[in-house]
Amino acid sequence: MGIQLSLLVTVVILLAGWVAGVLPFLKFIFGVILPYVALAVFAIGLIVRVLRWARSPVPFRITTTCGQEKSLPWIKQNKLDNPSSALGTLGRMALEVLFFRSLFRNTKASLKDDRLVYSVDKWLWFFSLAFHWSFLIIFLRHFRFFTEPIPFFVGFLQDIDGFFQVGLPIIYITDVAILVALTYLFLRRIFNAKVRIVSLPSDYFPLLLILGIAVTGVLMRYFLKTDLVAVKEFAVSILSFQPISNELLNKLSPLFMIHFTFVCTLLIYFPMSKLVHLGGIFMSPTRNLANNNRMKRHINPWNPVVAVHTYEEYEDEFREKMKAAGIPVEKEE
Amino acid sequence: MSIKIKPEELLKNVTYKPKFVNWMDVPVEFQKGTFNYAGSEDALIYLDQPNPRKWQPTDPDWKLPENWQEIILEGLRERLEKYRSLKIFMDICVRCGACADKCHFFLGSGDPKNMPVLRAELLRSVYRREFTTAGKIMGRMVGARELTFDVLREWFYYFYQCTQCRRCSVFCPYGIDTAEITFLTRDLMNLIGVNIDWIMTPVKNSYRTGNHLGVQPHGMKDSLEMAAADIEEITGIRVEIPINKKGAEFLFVTPSADYFGTPHYYTLMGYIMLFHEIGLDYTFSTYASEGGNFGSFVSHDLMKRLNHKIYAEAKRLKVKWILGGECGHMWRVIHQYMDTMNGPADFLEVPKSPITGTVFENAKSTKMVHICEFTADLIYHNKLKLDPSRNDHWHATFHDSCNPSRGMGLLEEPRYIIKNVMRKFTEMPDNTIREQTFCCGSGAGLGTEENFEMRMRGGFPRANAAKYVKDKYGVNICLCICAIDKANLPPLFDFWVPGLEVGGVHEMVGNALIMTGEKPREVDLRLNPLLKEEENQ
Repeated sequence: MGIQLSLLVTVVILLAGWVAGVLPFLKFIFGVILPYVALAVFAIGLIVRVLRWARSPVPFRITTTCGQEKSLPWIKQNKLDNPSSALGTLGRMALEVLFFRSLFRNTKASLKDDRLVYSVDKWLWFFSLAFHWSFLIIFLRHFRFFTEPIPFFVGFLQDIDGFFQVGLPIIYITDVAILVALTYLFLRRIFNAKVRIVSLPSDYFPLLLILGIAVTGVLMRYFLKTDLVAVKEFAVSILSFQPISNELLNKLSPLFMIHFTFVCTLLIYFPMSKLVHLGGIFMSPTRNLANNNRMKRHINPWNPVVAVHTYEEYEDEFREKMKAAGIPVEKEE
Repeated sequence: MSIKIKPEELLKNVTYKPKFVNWMDVPVEFQKGTFNYAGSEDALIYLDQPNPRKWQPTDPDWKLPENWQEIILEGLRERLEKYRSLKIFMDICVRCGACADKCHFFLGSGDPKNMPVLRAELLRSVYRREFTTAGKIMGRMVGARELTFDVLREWFYYFYQCTQCRRCSVFCPYGIDTAEITFLTRDLMNLIGVNIDWIMTPVKNSYRTGNHLGVQPHGMKDSLEMAAADIEEITGIRVEIPINKKGAEFLFVTPSADYFGTPHYYTLMGYIMLFHEIGLDYTFSTYASEGGNFGSFVSHDLMKRLNHKIYAEAKRLKVKWILGGECGHMWRVIHQYMDTMNGPADFLEVPKSPITGTVFENAKSTKMVHICEFTADLIYHNKLKLDPSRNDHWHATFHDSCNPSRGMGLLEEPRYIIKNVMRKFTEMPDNTIREQTFCCGSGAGLGTEENFEMRMRGGFPRANAAKYVKDKYGVNICLCICAIDKANLPPLFDFWVPGLEVGGVHEMVGNALIMTGEKPREVDLRLNPLLKEEENQ
């Protein structure tokens, strides 16, 4: 059900984008109004989300430690998997955010003749990393479409990304990688029984949506050429709040409008979905806190006053027995 | 044992490829041997907890307050405002499934609701329905559902099939900690009096008598004196065991099972022999006679109420610092909660070993040192005379307990001690030790007779790794530094790996420790004969 629903919604968005590319009136709505709405929802939504998380305090320092603690000077601490300093924690977070350190640990358990065996399983790590990095690089490469002058890193990224110099136009590694990775992630959701049972429409939908963006993008670059000068003029106008003429809108191809509608949908969908893990990962208390618990007191802002059983109450109940057993007491009576 | 099950039967239907269904449609069944009895009325009354009554999970009517849904949802709202962890963990899971086959209960049962991701979804589905717009409008389409009695039954069943071991959290790309989710859901259920007896009664006992077994001060003294007598029989040395002694240098707090349980008791003997031999000025306390904290399985308030005694007693006895014995969750509480909850411990001094002069900088705020840190330091500075050959009848492996490994990082200290007090030591496979260690299957209050089948299932991955080193290398004892392990690994191994014993690290220290003026040792602390020189060749 999750797959069908997600597919349906994705197709509806695709059709909407296509219709918008054909009908001038809709083109204005989808081309001029939608992007502002999308950018506003994305920015405000994400900020609200992060502020809401930040509003809740972190009452306890509950680091998950994944290596040797800092203890005696002659025992080697694992400073990245069990950091005790701010620098170590930064390193741990960097490994986590940039290289998916925890996912890299992944193993696969199977039962063979009543014996549990574990095998290395890096595919999820590999394709997740391929997907996220490709997405980032493709996004950065797109700066050539919406900034003038084009920032220095774009040319550099294009050179690296097109390193193999295959095809004309040169095929970007990230274009291939993102399609393969998304396909893997989607098929994994369907064919891995453990993942399928927990998958929701909100798990399939973002994959399809981003797949839609990638496919339309690849089509435009390699197969069905679109008017890139118009696209750039359009993008720069949007981002600099310049009015956009109907003439310019008419130069935008239906395929571009589909691509563009997918992107706007992603921006709108982002803050209200699991995609907020982009921000959340930085705030996860098991990862972003140093394991220096016994060195530095962590303060709980709402530390409650609780009822306690005092020593006096305890001794009052057991005094006679304590005296008889020769255990020292505070009061004789 | 009330339930007769055989190991081979237990795994017969276990598969890691769950059938595709909508899990919300699968009703929970309370099968004998897989759940715990309800918290007793008098424990709840004594602790002033909500809704004390007589009931059992198999009853059709749980005698809940009329507005129980409202109480839970209000409680959830409050906790979302109080714990960033909960809010983040509710929002950012992408259901990648990396955690799925990391849970020992899933590996032992094949029940998909024991996959950490789905366990969290049990709560997350209700969160979505009540606290997200999409969930309110689209309901089940977006994985949201209402809190019904069936959902509550499911919560009770599955949140008491999690031992809060945090293994899944190691593998999660966002560090989502199921222990936190389990803990807070148990806390929510506790608001309407839905809890289990092997948590609530120990909490009550700890609160009243200082230890979870409810043993009174004179009983504790008897037990310590028995240990002294046994030590004298084995070594010929009479040791003094100070109790509630004011002005001692440090207070020693250990899980109370050490006084009364087997094989914990041998570890207790080991501590006492060590303290005697190096002439430490210390004291036990009858008031703070439990380092273990059953409150830490269910509620931060109860955790704090029990933990309070340690600092309070240290203050009353005017000691300088605190030393803690071998225990798992006790150390999570001490390491990650005690200072925050009941500190600052400004009336204590930064712990310093009176023998080596080592200042324990890593405990400078909490002022409590783990016995393995303490002993490792002694050995490193050559302060102990040790004869590791006295442990030659043992070939050991080491089971990292969940909390010291994943909530602290105490990995090398116990290994360093073991390698110095015995000669035969073999590690279990890499992905079953250290931060990837498997739980004994009975932590967090689940170690009951009525829950026997589930414990054996949950402990299967641990037992499986232990069996591997027993069969392949002839390992005959599994050492650990956790009282719950020492209570639960023996029945677990009897079930899956017969012939494998369980012991504590300081039991081995006690065996190897050459004490001044001792008689020639013929037996170990268990009264097993030691190997003779020629047998050893």
